[in-house]
Amino acid sequence: MVQMPEIIRELCNGCGLCVTVCSHNGLVLINNMAVVIETVECDYCTLCEAVCPTGAIRCPFEIVVEEC
Amino acid sequence: MSVDIEFLKSTPYFSGLDAAQLESIKRLVFERTAQRNEFILDEGEPGEVLYFVVLGAVKDFKTSAEGKEQILRIIRPGESFNDVPVFDGGPNMASAAAMGPVVLYGISKTDIGIILRDYPQVATNVIKVLAGRMRHFASLVEDLSFRNVISRVAKLLLEYAENRKKPERPRLTQQEMAAMVGTAREMVGRSLRALEEKGAIKIDRHRIVLIDKQALRETVGELL
Repeated sequence: MVQMPEIIRELCNGCGLCVTVCSHNGLVLINNMAVVIETVECDYCTLCEAVCPTGAIRCPFEIVVEEC
Repeated sequence: MSVDIEFLKSTPYFSGLDAAQLESIKRLVFERTAQRNEFILDEGEPGEVLYFVVLGAVKDFKTSAEGKEQILRIIRPGESFNDVPVFDGGPNMASAAAMGPVVLYGISKTDIGIILRDYPQVATNVIKVLAGRMRHFASLVEDLSFRNVISRVAKLLLEYAENRKKPERPRLTQQEMAAMVGTAREMVGRSLRALEEKGAIKIDRHRIVLIDKQALRETVGELL
């Protein structure tokens, strides 16, 4: 399973800015709501999170130490 | 759900109490749950309840008039929040919100007074907890006053990754990291790229991998 951005549905206003900015077909608008499409093309650039005006998209990171 | 005595026993507040004392305290504890982004308390409102995180993580934060957020602490299982207003009678110092689904135990201000009266050991424990809290805030002030943004981000990464024994470390968005280190989201992004160029970290999609902790420590040491 590919880790994808998370949508907080109750905050999404369907503006579509995230769909516009995504160059990897990872997001679509369905019934005026942003929906994440799981795809290996997503490189987790976090542009969708940056452009969202309502904070409805989260791209959380794990912080780990490299195992030697 | 019944309050878990083993959890109470494991918290710094109730360290050193025996089973009978914990049973007595347990009757004063209530459980509360919250979902992600749900506010648990609001800055400025009367401080009526002391909370402990049982499961999940809570962010303690202040918000400026312009809506900018500064996270003061991320509270994890076993830790308490809203201590100060419960003890000094003032309003809530900060707001608190769930970072995901959380389970909390709460004790009212009145009942905390009863516990402190009946079990003086708890007062000693509270002093130690608040002393530790002072150290944390002194360190935060030092970071915000004397460290540049990339140093603050490097310190955050080191502390987050090194606290491996602490459970429930929530994954962090760049916005949350920005709120923790007192900067804008864009500056966190730039700092992460700069640290990656230095070879200190590697960004592997949703994972920030610390590959040269010494380089990070040297970056942390860079002051304004």
